[in-house]
Amino acid sequence: MDDIAILGVGMHPWGKWGRNFVEYGVKAARDALTDAEVGWDEVQFVSGANSVRCGYPGYVSGSTFANALGFTGCQLSSSYAACASGATALSIARAQILAGVCDVALVVGAETTPKGFFAPNAGERHEDPDWLRFHLVGATNPTYFALYARRRMELYGDTPEDFAAVKVKNSRHGVFNPNARYTKEYDVDDIANSPMVADPLRLLEICATSDGGAALVVSSLEWAASRGVTDPVRVSGISTVSPTYPNSVIELPYLASDSWAAVGDETMTFKDNIAGRAYEEASVSPEDLDFAEVYDLSSAYELDWYEHIGLCERGDAAKLLRAGDTALGGRIPVNPSGGLGAFGEAVPAQAIAQVCELVWQLRGEAGHRQVEGAKVGLSINHGMFGHGSSVICTI
Amino acid sequence: MAAVEGLFTLDADEPHLVGGRARSRGSYFFPKALAGSDPACLGDEIDEVLLSRTGRLWSFTTGEYAPPAPYVIPGEEFEPYVIAAVRLEEENLVVLGQVVSGVSVDELSVGMEMELAIDVLYSDDEHDYLVWKWAPAGRRENGEA
Repeated sequence: MDDIAILGVGMHPWGKWGRNFVEYGVKAARDALTDAEVGWDEVQFVSGANSVRCGYPGYVSGSTFANALGFTGCQLSSSYAACASGATALSIARAQILAGVCDVALVVGAETTPKGFFAPNAGERHEDPDWLRFHLVGATNPTYFALYARRRMELYGDTPEDFAAVKVKNSRHGVFNPNARYTKEYDVDDIANSPMVADPLRLLEICATSDGGAALVVSSLEWAASRGVTDPVRVSGISTVSPTYPNSVIELPYLASDSWAAVGDETMTFKDNIAGRAYEEASVSPEDLDFAEVYDLSSAYELDWYEHIGLCERGDAAKLLRAGDTALGGRIPVNPSGGLGAFGEAVPAQAIAQVCELVWQLRGEAGHRQVEGAKVGLSINHGMFGHGSSVICTI
Repeated sequence: MAAVEGLFTLDADEPHLVGGRARSRGSYFFPKALAGSDPACLGDEIDEVLLSRTGRLWSFTTGEYAPPAPYVIPGEEFEPYVIAAVRLEEENLVVLGQVVSGVSVDELSVGMEMELAIDVLYSDDEHDYLVWKWAPAGRRENGEA
């Protein structure tokens, strides 16, 4: 797969600002255009990542953001893929660029979130698994994160202290990130003293819901070169694959896993599949990574990713953590941005924000959270209903 | 009455979840209406089947805070509950459910045998609305059913 260039990145800081999501997206987009030294009137394609929590404008995000920036007659697209929405919007921009349909595109996502648990849409829908799991079981998102955490404890001997150590590590990284919502450094006692939400996970270990916005300006390598940008950060691989049947893990928002009675076995999981396509497209392997941004929906969930992206064998993630390998200054820093633990989740913006961090790291512009000499970075996330994504950037 | 019809039987002694089974492929699904995801089942007939009513505990957790609607809080005040994911051995399918009241997480461990129970999810002036729950094998008497 040919690469495209990332010319500019921008974010609106994460928080619980309670303002119109469009404002966050516009701020991020303007910063990305300034960073890229590209005029809004030069953008030929806007690829929006949708929000399902912000009314009709959220469902037509490409148009919403283009309208707010000023309609210029550029082409529009609006994507929804749960937590993978931002990477899906990027993949569509890449396809347009590589097909020669456009030279330069803006990718943007933003969201305003309500307080508390994410909840299903109103109404009574007996064939909607998202409705059924709340109504019949009271299974919230942290329910699923906690089931995975408990599996780690039972199968691999991970401890609640290991999970807390993930949050401590990411909080230390987040201190240095001006776009993070939480910039307090936590210690293990803070976490142990926070309320239990879904045993064994405590409040400080579960991703909050946040407001935020993020944007990228991307182009063909030729167009970048025509602007004198000869060594940009490149998008070298994007994965937006579906699970491969059977997925033995109960995924949000389902009441049951796939059955492996007829084919497959209990080791098959979706999270193992997601990175593969990105590695393949980028022609890199886990050993080539200098750092990774992974979706730490909970503290324990980050450990799952170490194994699923191939940093270690299954069951060995806590060893990497305990050895300090995944902290800044370690062998393979994970979530140098502070991750979701420091940000909370602004769904359509989050996968784009992950790519912003890849770019700042690869340019050497990450300040006190810089991974020295970083050349290859991977981001990965996992959403509901079998959506997930991974992006590999290189320089 | 069932909180949602068609997902489980109301036989108080031997309740079953009602699932689907692909006739020629043999894959199982729960609920039947969500059958899919197995590409080999495209075009296969999905038969309605009663799923095994026992299995092994795959994982478990608690709900310490009241979930949003459409969860209905039974009674006056929210009470935390335990949730289990149980692997049905014949079907190789892991199914979620609340655990019957009176069982704490300290009594649970991955791999232990669990069985299906029917219990009250919530009530109004006219009906008790029933749902399946999981119980440690032989411990169904702790449920209200």
